[in-house]
Amino acid sequence: MFTFNVGESGVAVVTIAMSDLPVNVWNERSIRAFAETLEEVLARPGLRGIVLRSGRETFLAGADLKSMWPLGDLGKNMTLVRDLSTALRRLETCGVPVAAAIDGSALGGGYELCLACHRRLAKADDAIRIGLPETRLGLIPGAGGTQRLPRLIGLRAALPILVEGKTMKPEAALAAGLVDQVAGSDDELLDAATAWVLATKDPTQPWDRDGKIPGGGVQTPAGYQTFMPAAALVREKTHGNFPAPLAVLRAVYEGLQVPFDRGMQIEAKLFAQCLASPVAANTIRTMFFGLNEIHKGAARPQDVPPATWRKVGVLGAGMMGSGIAYAAASRGIDVVLKDVDAAAAERGKDAVAKIAARRPDAGKILARIVPSARAEDLAGCEMIIEAVFEDREVKARAVREAEERIPNDAVVASNTSTLPITGLAETSRRPERFIGLHFFSPVDKMPLVEIIRGRKTSDETIAHAFDFVRALGKTPIVVNDGRGFYTSRVFSAYVNAGLMCLKEGVVPALIENAGRLAGMPVGPLAVADEVSLDLILAISKQTERDLGRPDDSPAAEVVRLFVEKLGRRGKKGGKGFYDYPQDAKKTLWRGLSDHFAPRPAQPSLDEVKRLLLHPQAVEAARAFEDKIVSSARDGDVGSILGWGFAPWTGGVFSYMDGVGLPRFVEECDALQRTHGRLYAVPELLRTMAATNRRFHAT
Amino acid sequence: MNDAFLYDAVRTPRGRGKPDGALHAIRPVDLARQMLVAVRDRSGIDTRRVEDVILGCVTAIGEQGANIAKTAALFAGYDEIVGGVTVNRFCGSGLEAVNQAAARVRAGSDDLFVAGGVESMSRIPIGSDGGAWAVDPEVATMTYFVPQGISADLIATLKGYTRDEVDAYAVASQRRAAEAYREERFARSLVPVTGADGAVVLDRDELMRPDTTAEGLAKLQPSFARTGSEGGFDAVAIEKYPALEGIRHVHHAGNSSGIVDGAAAILIGSERAGRDFGLKPRARIAAYAVTSTDPTTMLTGPVPVTRKVLGAAGLPIDAIEIFEVNEAFAAVVMNFMDELSVPHEKVNVNGGAIAMGHPLGATGAILLGSLLDELERRKARYGLATLCIGGGMGIATVLERV
Repeated sequence: MFTFNVGESGVAVVTIAMSDLPVNVWNERSIRAFAETLEEVLARPGLRGIVLRSGRETFLAGADLKSMWPLGDLGKNMTLVRDLSTALRRLETCGVPVAAAIDGSALGGGYELCLACHRRLAKADDAIRIGLPETRLGLIPGAGGTQRLPRLIGLRAALPILVEGKTMKPEAALAAGLVDQVAGSDDELLDAATAWVLATKDPTQPWDRDGKIPGGGVQTPAGYQTFMPAAALVREKTHGNFPAPLAVLRAVYEGLQVPFDRGMQIEAKLFAQCLASPVAANTIRTMFFGLNEIHKGAARPQDVPPATWRKVGVLGAGMMGSGIAYAAASRGIDVVLKDVDAAAAERGKDAVAKIAARRPDAGKILARIVPSARAEDLAGCEMIIEAVFEDREVKARAVREAEERIPNDAVVASNTSTLPITGLAETSRRPERFIGLHFFSPVDKMPLVEIIRGRKTSDETIAHAFDFVRALGKTPIVVNDGRGFYTSRVFSAYVNAGLMCLKEGVVPALIENAGRLAGMPVGPLAVADEVSLDLILAISKQTERDLGRPDDSPAAEVVRLFVEKLGRRGKKGGKGFYDYPQDAKKTLWRGLSDHFAPRPAQPSLDEVKRLLLHPQAVEAARAFEDKIVSSARDGDVGSILGWGFAPWTGGVFSYMDGVGLPRFVEECDALQRTHGRLYAVPELLRTMAATNRRFHAT
Repeated sequence: MNDAFLYDAVRTPRGRGKPDGALHAIRPVDLARQMLVAVRDRSGIDTRRVEDVILGCVTAIGEQGANIAKTAALFAGYDEIVGGVTVNRFCGSGLEAVNQAAARVRAGSDDLFVAGGVESMSRIPIGSDGGAWAVDPEVATMTYFVPQGISADLIATLKGYTRDEVDAYAVASQRRAAEAYREERFARSLVPVTGADGAVVLDRDELMRPDTTAEGLAKLQPSFARTGSEGGFDAVAIEKYPALEGIRHVHHAGNSSGIVDGAAAILIGSERAGRDFGLKPRARIAAYAVTSTDPTTMLTGPVPVTRKVLGAAGLPIDAIEIFEVNEAFAAVVMNFMDELSVPHEKVNVNGGAIAMGHPLGATGAILLGSLLDELERRKARYGLATLCIGGGMGIATVLERV
C-alpha cells in the first residue's frame, strides 16, 4: 500500500501505491497502513523529512465510498474518519518537514492528506484535479478539510471552494493557494519537494504556531462580511434541500473560533450529521454508484463485442442535428451532416462552429464535419442518426433515402423524443438495426441519451448504440418503446401538474417558486414556455390521433387556450405564461389572473411542492409497471440527468423510497380525490407498499 | 401604583454620520455626557436622587462598549451613587430605556431616572458588532435572516408600494421637518453640542435637505438591489414569501433613515420625586409595550405593538392625536398608516428620520421628546411613539400631556 525509501540526504520518499485497488483511496486498510508506515519512517535514524508521492494517475482520490456504504453506519464510518484524522495530525506534528508531491489527482480525503503536509507541490499537468468535492456528494470534508483550508488561505478564499466542492487544475490551485508550487515533470516535482524539505527549519503548521487566520478570523469585520451573505447564498442555491453546504459553513464558522483540535471535533459532528442525512445517501447511490454502474455497462447486452465509431451520418441539420454532429465530431468521429438543401446543411455546420468556438481544437472538430445535401455522401457511415422534423412521413423519407447508401449492418437511429420507435422502425429496411437515440437539448450540455429499444431492435444494436453514446462521453439509459418513452413521459407530468395548479387557482408565482424550491431547475410554467406551447399542443394532438380519444389533461386544455385563443406560444414567440421583454428579465404575464382567478385560500408551499413532485413519481412508477424503464437505478439517473428532477431526492424512484411507499400511496390517494388522475398510483406501487418493498434496498 | 411622569427631554442635533459630519470628532461618551448635564442643569435636580441612568446603545463595542451609561454618568459628574445600565433593543433602545424607567417608577420607586440613548454611527458603524443572528450560518438560515433594507423592500412588495409612492412619502418628511425648523418647534428639546473650547459644534439637524423633490429622488439608485441579488437575500425573502415573483427594490438613501450621530436624555420620575425638586410634570407615561412579529419582514412591529399598547392604555386609536412612527424606511410608516387606518396628517407631523436621521440607540428617546413638544404646542392630550426593530420587534409608548 505504501512503500518508502530513505535517500542519503535523509529524506524519505513515501509512495502511495494501493496496487490492489483501481485507484488510491482511503479505507480501513489503507488508513491503517498509512499510520503504520508513518511510524516506521519516523523511526528511521537521521530522518530529515518526508516527501509523499503516488506514481499513479491518481495521487489519492478520497474515501472508498463502497467501503462506507451504507453511509448511515456511523459506528464504522466515524471510526474511519477519526483514524484518518489522527494519522494526519500525527503527520503534521511529526517534527520533520513533510511535502506532498502531487503527481496525480488529489481529491477529498486525498487533498486533506496534502493539507496535513507542510508544503504542497503539484505537477503541471492539466489532467490533474485538486480540491474538496465532498459537498457534491452530499458530504463535507471529514478529515480536517474544513479546518485546515480556511486556516491556510483565509475565510473568504476557502468558503466558495468548500461550499461548492470546487476542484481545479494545478495552475488554478496554485493561484487559489491550494498548492504552493508547481513543477514541470515527475522528476522536477520530486527534486523540488526534496529541496524544500531539506531547506526547511520549522516543520510546523501555521495553526500550530500563532493561530492567526489570513485576512482575519470569524469575529472580525471581514469575517462578518464573508459570513453574512454566505448563508443566504447557500439557501439561494440549495433551497434548504442539501444539508452539506450549510454544514460546511457551520464547520468553518464554528470551528475557526476555537483551537484547531476543538475545530476538528466540530467538523466530525457535522460530518456525522451529513452521513446520516438521506440526501447524502441519495446523491451517492444515484450520482456515484448508479452512474458508475451504468457507465460500466450494467444495461448493455453482455456478449456483444465493443463497437468503435469512425463515421456517422446525421440527417437534419437543425438545432438537434448540429448538436449531435458536434458531440460526435468533438470525440473524433467523422460526421456527414445532411439536410435537404446544401444551405441548410451549411447553416448546421455554422451552428457547430458556434458551439465549438471556445475550444482550442475547434478547427479539428469542424474539419470532421462534412455538410451535404447528397445522400451519396452517407456511403460508409456506420450509423445514421435521424434528427428531422417530428413527423412520421418526413422521418420515413429521410431514413429510406439514407438506407440505400449505407452498409447493411449500419445502425439506424432516430432522435425522436415522442414518436414510438417500433412504428418508425416499420418504415426501415432493417428494423433489427433500428433504434431510438433520444438526445436532449442543448446536446453539447446535456449528458443523458435515452436509448429506446423497438420491438424488433436486436441486442447487438442496443450494445452498439450504448457504445456510441459512451464514445460521445454521455450517459446512456436503455428503455423500452412506448409513448414518450421514459423521460418525456414522466417530465410531461411536471408540466401537467403545474398547469393543473394554475387551473385550480394557485397563484402563478407560488407554482413557479414551489417548483424551484422543490429542486426542479425551473418552474413548470417557465419550462412549458421553453418547450414551447405549440409543441406541447402538437404532441397532444398527435396523441389524440394515435389513441383516437381526446386528451383531457390539464396541459392540453391550457395550451389549447394559450396557443389557439390567446396566441401566446411560449418563449420563442416572446410570450407565453411569461412575457419576455427585449432587455429585461421575464415576468409572469399579468393576464394570467384573468383566466385563472387565484382562489382565496392558497395552499402552503409544501403542499404545492408535493402537488408538483408526486405526479412525476406516479408517472415513473407507471412507466416501471409498463416495463418502459426496467431499473430504478436507470430511472433515477435518467430523471436527474434528463429533466433535472430534484437531485436531492436521488431521482424519481429514490424520491418514493424517501417518502416511504406506504405513505406515498396514501398521500397520492388523498390527492387523487381532490385533484384527479395525475395522482392515480399504479397497482404495482400499491403491492410494493403493502408488502413493504422499496425500489432500492439501501 | 405610582404614575410615571416625564419632566424634561433633551436631545442633540443629529450630525451626519460620516467622517465629515459635524459630530464625528465628538466622542459618543461626550455626546451622552452633554445630554446628562443638560437634563440635570435644566431641572436643577440633585443627582443623588437619581437611581439609574438607562441609556440605549445598539453597537455597544469599542468606545461605546463596557456600559457607556455608567461611564457617561460618571463623566457627567453625577454622584457616584447613581447607577448606569446600557440597554440594547436595536432601534427601539432609546424608548426601551424610557419604558424601563417608567416601569420602575410604576413599581414603586420614588427616585428619579434619566433614560435616553446615544449612538455615534460615524465612529462605531452599524453592524460592526457582528452578532449571531446575521452572521452565524445556522441561526441566519433558521430565521430567514435578511438585512433591514431587504425587509423594507419586501414590505413595499407585499403592500404594492411603488417607487413614486415611497419617494412622495420621503419628500413630505423633508417638507415637514423644514417647516418644523422654520417654526422652531424643536427649540425646547434641542441642546447644541459643544467642543472642548465651549464653542457650539452643531445646533441643528445636519442631514436635512429641505429642497428635496420627487424628481430628484427618482434619480437615485435603489440601495439594496445588489445586496438582494448578489447577496442571496432576495431569494431568502422569496422562500419565506413564495407567492412573490420577485422583490421590488424601492428604497434608497433618500427615502430611508439617515445615518447620523446623536444622543438624548429624558428625566422620569414619580409625582413626589418631581415635587421634591419643584418640577412640574410635562406628561404622564400612560402605557408602554413591546412585541414581535415575523423577523424577515422585520419592520412591521409598530402595527401589532400599537394595538397592544392601546389595549394597555385602554384607549381607542382615535384618541391618539399625533403619532411618531420611526421613519426607518418610508414603507414602514406607510404600512403602519395603511394597516391601522391612521391618516398621514397625524403621523410624523414634524418630519422624521428620513429627513433628520436615526442615531440607533438614541432615536426612541428623541421621538418621545418630539412627541412631547408637539403635544404641548397643540395642547393635545394623547400621543404615541413607536419604532420598528430588528428581529421583528416593535415598541411603543403612549404619552398623556398633563
